[in-house]
Amino acid sequence: MPLSVQSNFADPDAAYRRIVEAHRGLGDAQSALLDAALVLILANHIGDIAVLDDAIALAKRRLPEDTRSTATI
Amino acid sequence: MAPPARQFSYRRHADQDRAPQSVAYHPVVVVGAGPVGLSLAIDLALRGQSVVLLDDADRIGDGSRAICFSKRSLEYWDRLGVADRMIDKGVVWKVGKIFLGPEMLYQFDLQPEDGHKMPAFINLQQYYAETFLVDGALAHPGIDLRWRNKVTGLVQRNDHAELTIDTPDGPYALRASYVIACDGARSPLRSMVGADFEGEVFEDQFLIADVRMTAEFPTERWFWFDPPFHSGQSALLHRQPDDVWRIDLQLGPDADPLEERRPERVRPRIARMLGHDDFEFEWISVYKFQCRRMRNFVHDRVIFAGDAAHQVSPFGARGANSGLEDAENLAWKLALILSGDAPATLLASYDAERGFAADENIRASTHATDFIAPHSKQEQRLRQAVLALAKEADFAKRMVNGGRLSVPSIYQTPLSTADSDDWHAGPTPGAHMPDVPLVSDDGAQVFLSERFAQAGRRFAVLHSDAAVIELPDGIARLAIGDDAQLRDHSGLFKARYGADAGTAYLLRPDGYVAARFRHPTPAAITAAHARAIGQV
Ligand SMILES: Cc1cc2nc3c(=O)[nH]c(=O)nc-3n(C[C@H](O)[C@H](O)[C@H](O)COP(=O)(O)OP(=O)(O)OC[C@H]3O[C@@H](n4cnc5c(N)ncnc54)[C@H](O)[C@@H]3O)c2cc1C
Repeated sequence: MPLSVQSNFADPDAAYRRIVEAHRGLGDAQSALLDAALVLILANHIGDIAVLDDAIALAKRRLPEDTRSTATI
Repeated sequence: MAPPARQFSYRRHADQDRAPQSVAYHPVVVVGAGPVGLSLAIDLALRGQSVVLLDDADRIGDGSRAICFSKRSLEYWDRLGVADRMIDKGVVWKVGKIFLGPEMLYQFDLQPEDGHKMPAFINLQQYYAETFLVDGALAHPGIDLRWRNKVTGLVQRNDHAELTIDTPDGPYALRASYVIACDGARSPLRSMVGADFEGEVFEDQFLIADVRMTAEFPTERWFWFDPPFHSGQSALLHRQPDDVWRIDLQLGPDADPLEERRPERVRPRIARMLGHDDFEFEWISVYKFQCRRMRNFVHDRVIFAGDAAHQVSPFGARGANSGLEDAENLAWKLALILSGDAPATLLASYDAERGFAADENIRASTHATDFIAPHSKQEQRLRQAVLALAKEADFAKRMVNGGRLSVPSIYQTPLSTADSDDWHAGPTPGAHMPDVPLVSDDGAQVFLSERFAQAGRRFAVLHSDAAVIELPDGIARLAIGDDAQLRDHSGLFKARYGADAGTAYLLRPDGYVAARFRHPTPAAITAAHARAIGQV
C-alpha cells in the first residue's frame, strides 16, 4: 500500500493543532527530541518500510534548500 | 602484562636454493597465517592439496583482537578437527544484555533452542585460536608453513603468479597457480594488484583493555549506553578464558590515543566501572574502526580472503568469523578446480557469495557503529529518543543497536537450484544446514554436522530413508529414518528440514544447501550438482 496523502483526519485543523501544541513552551532542542520520538512512534505504528520510504521522499522533495548555500546565489 | 606468546622458528627451505631460471612451483600459496590463512590451509590440505603457507612474523601473542567466535566458525573448525581444543579452552555464552544508564533495557539469547552440537558463541583470545590452528596445521604433512617469509613482490602471468619473498637469508621466488591473500587489513598484496579498498572510517575512538581479575559477573555480553561509570559514552564487558575480561570504552573522536593508552590513565576509568582496583592489565589499545571492502575478491590468480578483502568494526564479531566463512567457501571450490573437477570460472561464485556476505556484514557493523557513535546532532537525538522510548515500548527496544552478532548469510547464488516444490520449513537453497541431534544405528548420540564432516567434506545428499535414490559418483549419502543408519528420535530432523518421507537435500561441501527435492530423481540431483560446481 503506497503512502496515502489524501486527508485522513475528520478534523485536520485539530490534528495540526495537537502537534503544534505539543511543542508549545519547548526550547529548540526539546522540540527536536519530541519530533524525533514522534517520528519513530508513528513510523513503527505504520510498520511498512515502503510507506516510510515514500514519506521520506515526499518530505525531502519539499525541503527548502539550505538557506546558507542559497544566500550567496 | 603481555599475553602468553608462542615463538616459532624460521627454517631455510630448499626452494630458496633454486636458480632464478628454475623457480619452484606450488599449486597453492597462502599468504598470511592469521586465523583465515591457517584455516584455509588446513581445509585445502584435508582436501588433498599441498599448500605453502607464508607468514612474515614468527610469533603469535600480540594484542587484543578477536574474542567472540560464532557457532558457524566452530562448526567449520569442527570439520577441520580443531574445534575441541577451542571449546575446551573457550567460555561458552549465548546471552547478551543491553543497559541504559544503570538499568537493563533488554536481553537476547542467541541460541534459544537445543539440539545443536556447537554453542552460539565462545569467547577465546585470538592468540589461543591461532595457536590451536598452528598446531593443527603443523600436524598436516600437506602444509608447508614458512615463518619470516614476507611477500614483497607479485607478478601475474597467464597461468601462474610469481611471488618475491624476503627471508632472513635474503629473497627468493615462488610460482603458484593460485595465491590466496590472507594477509590482513593492511594487505600488501592488495596494493600489489593495485586494488581499491573503499569504505568508511569512523571518527570515534575506543579503548580496548583486557584485564585479569577474579569476578563473579555471569558469562554474558554486557553492553551499556551512557553508564553511570562512563557518562555519555558506551561500554562493553565480556569474559574470556584465564580470568581475563574484555573491556571496551568509547572515548569519542577527540581523545588523544597515546595519552589514553597510558595505564595510569586507564586504571581509574576501569576502577570506576568495576567498583574496585583489584585487576591487572593484560593488554591496552586504542582503536578507530573502519568498514570497507575490495570491489572484487578475485584478481586473476590472486584471491583475497578475510580482513585483506573486507574489514568491519567489531560490534557484531563479524571480522574473523566472516573471514573463516570466506576460507570455507573458497577451499572446496579451489580444490575442485585444482583437481580438474570444476571449471576455473567457479571462482566467480566465491566473489559473488562472499562479496554479498561482506556487504551484509558491513551494513550490520556500520548500523551498529552509527548507533553507538551518532554522526550529527539530529542522529544523536533520534538515538536519544529510541533509548528513552525503549524503557516502555517494545518497538524501540528492538531498534537499540549495541551490535548484531554474526550469523551466516543466505546466498542468492547461481550455484543454487531454485525450489520446484512447496516447502513449509527447512533451509532454502543458499542457506546453511541447521544441525540436528540424531541416533546412529548402534545407539550412539550423534549430530548431523558430525556425520556430514565424516562423510568426507564433499557434496552429500541428505534424505529421509524412503527416498532411496541412486547418486552420482563422488556424492556422499546421509540417510535418516527408522531403517537407516541415522534415526530421527527427537523429530528435529523432520521439523528443521521440513523432511517428509521422500525428501532429499543436496548439500555443498561447505554445508550450504544447493538444492532440495520432495521427489528426488538421479537426473535432478546430477543436474543440481553440475550447477553447484559451476558446470552450467
Ligand atoms: C579490537 C578488535 C576486536 C575484534 N573482535 C573480533 C571478534 O570478537 N570476533 C571476530 O570474528 N573478529 C574480531 N575482530 C576482527 C579479527 O581480529 C580479524 O577479522 C581477524 O584477525 C582477521 O584475520 P585474517 O587472518 O584475515 O588477518 P590477520 O589476523 O590480520 O592475519 C594476517 C597475517 O598475514 C601476515 N602478513 C601480512 N603481510 C604479509 C606479507 N607481506 N607476507 C607474509 N605474511 C604477511 C601477518 O603477519 C598476519 O599473520 C576484532 C578486531 C579488533 C581489532
